[in-house]
Amino acid sequence: MNLSELLNQGVTALSAALGSREVSAVEIATAYLDRIEQAQPELNAFITVDREHTLRDATLADSMRAASPGQSLAGIPIAQKDVFCAKGWRTTAGSHMLENFIAPYDSAVVQQLNKQGFVTLGRANMDEFAMGSSNENSYFGPVKNPWDLSRVPGGSSGGSAAAVAAGLAPAATGTDTGGSIRQPAAWCGISGIKPTYGRVSRFGMIAYASSLDQAGIFARSAQDLAILMDVISGHDPRDATSVDRKDAPCAKELDKDIRGLRVGIPKQWFGEGLSAGVKIVVESAIQELVMMGCECVEIDLPMSEQAIPAYYVIAPAEASSNLSRFDGVRFGHRAAQYKDLAELYERSRGEGFGPEVKRRILMGSYVLSHGYYDAYYLQAQRVRRLIANDFERAFMLCDVIAGPVAPTTAFPLGSFGADPVQMYLADLYTIPVNLAGLPALSIPAGFDAGMPVGLQLIGPWWQEARLLQTAHAFQIATDWHTKRPALYSGLKP
Amino acid sequence: MTRANWEVVIGLETHAQLSTQSKIFSGASVAFGAEPNTQACAVDLGLPGVLPVPNRAAVERAIRFGLAVGAHIAPVSIFARKNYFYPDLPKGYQISQMEIPVVQGGSLRIQTKAGEKIVNLTRAHLEEDAGKSLHEDFQGQSGIDLNRAGTPLLEIVTEPEMRSSEEAVAYARALHALVRWIEICDGNMQEGSFRCDANVSVRPLGQKEFGTRCEIKNLNSFRFLERAIEFEIKRQIELIEDGGQVVQETRLFDPDRDETRSMRSKEDAHDYRYFPDPDLPPLCISEEWIAEVASGMPELPKSRRQRYVNELGLREYDADLLTATREAGEYFEALRAAANGVDAKLCANWVNGELSAAINRAGLELADAKVNPTQLAALLVRLADGTISGKIAKELFEIMWSEGGEADALIESRGLRQISDTGALEGVLKELIAKHPDQVEEYRGGKDKVFGFFVGQAMKATQGKANPAQLNALLKALLLGG
Amino acid sequence: MRFTEEDVRRVARLSRLALEPKEIEGFQQDLSQILDLAQKLQAIDTTNVEPLAHPGSSSVFLRADLVTETDQREAFQAVAPEVDRGLYLVPRVVE
Repeated sequence: MNLSELLNQGVTALSAALGSREVSAVEIATAYLDRIEQAQPELNAFITVDREHTLRDATLADSMRAASPGQSLAGIPIAQKDVFCAKGWRTTAGSHMLENFIAPYDSAVVQQLNKQGFVTLGRANMDEFAMGSSNENSYFGPVKNPWDLSRVPGGSSGGSAAAVAAGLAPAATGTDTGGSIRQPAAWCGISGIKPTYGRVSRFGMIAYASSLDQAGIFARSAQDLAILMDVISGHDPRDATSVDRKDAPCAKELDKDIRGLRVGIPKQWFGEGLSAGVKIVVESAIQELVMMGCECVEIDLPMSEQAIPAYYVIAPAEASSNLSRFDGVRFGHRAAQYKDLAELYERSRGEGFGPEVKRRILMGSYVLSHGYYDAYYLQAQRVRRLIANDFERAFMLCDVIAGPVAPTTAFPLGSFGADPVQMYLADLYTIPVNLAGLPALSIPAGFDAGMPVGLQLIGPWWQEARLLQTAHAFQIATDWHTKRPALYSGLKP
Repeated sequence: MTRANWEVVIGLETHAQLSTQSKIFSGASVAFGAEPNTQACAVDLGLPGVLPVPNRAAVERAIRFGLAVGAHIAPVSIFARKNYFYPDLPKGYQISQMEIPVVQGGSLRIQTKAGEKIVNLTRAHLEEDAGKSLHEDFQGQSGIDLNRAGTPLLEIVTEPEMRSSEEAVAYARALHALVRWIEICDGNMQEGSFRCDANVSVRPLGQKEFGTRCEIKNLNSFRFLERAIEFEIKRQIELIEDGGQVVQETRLFDPDRDETRSMRSKEDAHDYRYFPDPDLPPLCISEEWIAEVASGMPELPKSRRQRYVNELGLREYDADLLTATREAGEYFEALRAAANGVDAKLCANWVNGELSAAINRAGLELADAKVNPTQLAALLVRLADGTISGKIAKELFEIMWSEGGEADALIESRGLRQISDTGALEGVLKELIAKHPDQVEEYRGGKDKVFGFFVGQAMKATQGKANPAQLNALLKALLLGG
Repeated sequence: MRFTEEDVRRVARLSRLALEPKEIEGFQQDLSQILDLAQKLQAIDTTNVEPLAHPGSSSVFLRADLVTETDQREAFQAVAPEVDRGLYLVPRVVE
């Protein structure tokens, strides 16, 4: 296999090549960095690239391998969403507020990956503070969709998804608060997983909405997702919501037979609102699962349409408080001019945050403020329980739930410029999952008018392995996940 | 001002710093007096992405407190965020407990001149302390030290049940003694480990509704607490009697001027936007955990006091003194253990009498007493078995206090042994009777007072070592019998 | 429901956000729309439904009382806008 082919393969292939000493970590990193350099001006998938830092990591990975050949993942490159603090890397969360913030510590996810010898290729672009569904809210400019540069890659982890789709990285980290991994994975034609809430430590991950945020992975296959999930999962005493469990590694469970698996199809998710093109692709993917021996059952998620209103109360409420620490006193942007403390705060924050972040902070402060708390915040939390109850009932009838990730394929840049709230409505199939804390993933399922479409699989609490088995079986039976955007087939090497 | 026409209503909120090694939500040290910001870790500073993880020992101390005041310990309580911007509050919110605190209800018994009173508690909740702003010498700016940020606090809130500054101070003292007794707080008021906020209002006698209250913040001595409340009562009554109205506000006590004054009201009228902290799932406390904590609890002042009165037969006054602080009780217990067979009342008299007087004279704490329980026990054993007299015992105590040494050795080396030998005493007395025939006649003639003369002479002759009871009996027999 | 200009100013003040006049107008519209969205929740009968603040049923993890952090003032203050002798500086705080 030549280097160019190898770079398009993925984690499993790279691990094998590194293991057989066919190629070194430094060579692989250099090659990806060269690709990033070529693609960056158009795609803008990265906020920060630091060649020296990356090559230092790669050199270290090579010596790790030399010292202990058991380190099967050392030298695999990865793109890090710019929301994970990484010591010595500028960590911006896509915001002017943190434009010059060099993190003094590693997030848990980065730490786990570093421990295995993963090599950070750069810091992936994202919607500011992970607020957005298109990556148009980045202070560092929008990311383009590698399948069509006039379209968005999805968000908020748009840079991560675009980088993997364009072949600039074999895998990337992401975070998913309302669909921020699954939707860009779907729109960029790659695989992405959002684990169960509490599975992966949130330590060092810049918070958007703490009770919804969960770190996850983008890769080219379910198999690669499984390998990476096993690296980043696990209890962390630095995150009080992290859960101590002893589940078998996902990668070991991957080949389990899925025949007889009961696949739940939410009847509410295939009606009005779902575009015809996406519907056809998702339905044929479900048909494929049936042909593989799964059994379809209709399920009822009557409350799921309430997920968006509930989310746009809960997430902004948590965000308004989480983002109070950005006050220009201990780190981050500080206004140049202020006459007193109040002005220092107001101007630093007014200048440091972009419009979407301000919008959500304002909304969040409002729903928590005196006189509105019960009507909005508490009511939203009650509805949240009803949504979670829906899923609990559904999983008595089925083992996994299958459905669309988003109602359409990636839309053109600027589609919702004047009407940001309209964009919120597009997250109707992903948000319920976050409210309930469930694991879910998105895998490529086909195309609509040349743009990728994802299939969403949702599991009960802690059943990532079952989701990955299903996705892996699907990817053995189909080849959608191997399709690559023509625009990026000519990268060198 | 006609104070007699007014009723004073006081509620106290006390912040007790919990005696942990590390902070309530981080692994930074809580040691006092470190260089600025050297004990403020990423969590305390509210740096991006870092998360709070509660300290088990802080929760355990809250449980201990709940048990000590007979409160309900919530099986599930909730950490909430109190949102406001201030430079000493790095995250822009304080993690506290709002709707469901860990300790609910409970009460504390206080003692005032008027007698005993029960003060009911509303609640006690866990929360983190803020940092400190320093105002001097930074080119007109303030300097922020966040070492204190994240220090574990238990905020203990009473019902508005106190009716005078005396009651408030008695409550504060009782609480102070209790938190030290159960070892959840070192009680160091200079270092801010125990500070009170007083909610004070007045109402005309007989009125049911409460008057408008003012909150006086951060009173870190009992004296300031008393003076601040006294000033505030006077201010409010005068204000109302002059036709004014009390404005609900936060006030600070200025000890130099002996007055309270309004804090410039924070501009947002306190819309704290409390909500459950999404980083912290519910705090669950199992019955097993409570039982485990209960089994490790020291005997509490209330039950110890009862035991002293009912089982040891101590006077209430002595029992109160011996249970006023953990140290007094511990001293007494140790003394009793060492002074085998000595009457408990004698032990109590000595702890509350000689020992306490000596400590006060020297300006010491009980822990630094120069005569330890074992030493004192040895002395009391000799007093009880008649080896030394009460008078000699006091002298011996003075010697031990000022010069050190053990009771038995001193009794020997200084010849303090009481003369209980009948023969020896008889000799002394016979000599006296022979020397003073006139006085003997007077006594026999009915002048009882002369008896004292002979006792005095006998004590003088024995350097006070005569056993008084024996002396009395023998003397009487000799004088009468001739 | 309509967000008034005063509503926007009030929450902006609570949130310590300086807003330009034209921003205020925009937010008035956007926030009114979000509020309309949130208003849909009012139609749901949630009688006897406990609010769900945290997904899952786990209780909070408690750490042992150990000092695990060392002094990192230098590293932490390297990213600070203004410090002097180890203190973070802000405009004078009046009490």
